[in-house]
Amino acid sequence: MKPAAFDYAAPTSLDEALQLLAANDTAKVLAGGQSLIPLLNLRLAAPELLVDLRRVPGLNEIARQGDELVIGATVRQRQAERDPLVAEAAPLVTAALAEVGHPQIRSRGTVGGSIAHADPAAELPAALVALDGRVIARGPGGERSIAAADFYLGFLTTALDDDEILVAVALPAAPPRTGAACVEIAQRAGDYAACGAVAQVTLGDAGTIAQARVALIGATDRPVRAAAVEEALAGGASIADAAGHAGDGVEPIDDPRVPSAYRTHLAGVVTRRALEQARSRAA
Amino acid sequence: MSTHTIRVTVNGTEHEAEVPARLTLADFLRERLDLTATHLGCEHGVCGACTILLDGETARSCIMLAAQADGSEITTLEGVVAEDEDLHPVQQAFWDRHGLQCGFCTPGIIMSTLELLREHPQPTREQIDDALGGHLCRCTGYVKIVEAVEQAAGVLSGSRA
Repeated sequence: MKPAAFDYAAPTSLDEALQLLAANDTAKVLAGGQSLIPLLNLRLAAPELLVDLRRVPGLNEIARQGDELVIGATVRQRQAERDPLVAEAAPLVTAALAEVGHPQIRSRGTVGGSIAHADPAAELPAALVALDGRVIARGPGGERSIAAADFYLGFLTTALDDDEILVAVALPAAPPRTGAACVEIAQRAGDYAACGAVAQVTLGDAGTIAQARVALIGATDRPVRAAAVEEALAGGASIADAAGHAGDGVEPIDDPRVPSAYRTHLAGVVTRRALEQARSRAA
Repeated sequence: MSTHTIRVTVNGTEHEAEVPARLTLADFLRERLDLTATHLGCEHGVCGACTILLDGETARSCIMLAAQADGSEITTLEGVVAEDEDLHPVQQAFWDRHGLQCGFCTPGIIMSTLELLREHPQPTREQIDDALGGHLCRCTGYVKIVEAVEQAAGVLSGSRA
């Protein structure tokens, strides 16, 4: 099983990478390659050129910038998973990373790559959506910011233009007394989840839930915000009651392995578990 | 298809090679360097048989291009045994505890075990499961594998003390 033939380039500047991307219609950006190379090996994708970001300077940084945590495009998942700054400012990212593939995948896979790949069963895109983060993209016309709510357009499809590169993701820093969790149900640990949820809970003075953010993994063709759950919690509902609204307004994927009715059921289960775990970690 | 000059250190030996863009690191190790302990099962990053240490961290060599490995230091199963021993203590533990039957998956599992015991010399059962969850073994049912890892942890931490 070998990939179809392609050219490979490892430019040493972002401008050079952008020029290579603009000059070839089928070029793909390569970061960690943990999703892209399998697609090439299976010949589900056959780009003419891979533009590897590994030599582009300045993309491998994790930094607190004002009220945001900014994670550069080539930051490895394992690096972010173990970074105390990420754990403090974006605990939902840390929780989500622990569920990404396996340790042997996270050593190579990148945060930015997973977010740009837009697999509906991936954890990091759901975290981005739940947190109302944003994607920072660079193209021939300069840099732009894309809100998480506008970023995912469908299965493996984002608002990035073909000649744009995701250079970083920015996430609003978590307030004090915040906890986060990522819960999935899969046939085997590390497999694509039949359904999952990410949840971040911030407690108020009285120990009640002041703010909750929830998004579903693998429910539809893109990560989806569980808005009805968040609204129920804001209205004072218990976690168990609020989680019952996880499927509201969501038309889940239907497949023989996981029929949509079962997936809707799972959405409620993982939402409740994720919220409970997040709340216990927020204390 | 473009070709690329790469320089890698594999099991302590430096190599310079000209590789086509689509050559995976696993095929480079097996076909160019004749290091066939690195096995290829699924070739899309699921089974774990091709796991190596890349700059000290476990990685799937089947979903990485040789060109991406330029400048890296790589350890394969051939590189884990010291010159004065027949088997590494982790290998010996797999032998002793019958942690393999056909042995196809074993090279990858040994590499992940080495990383696990480096980071957690006395791993919990949960840590072992997490480290080895990305390795498919179709023979043993994993019980013997986990026991082998626990024996290796005991031997290695004993010899460090």
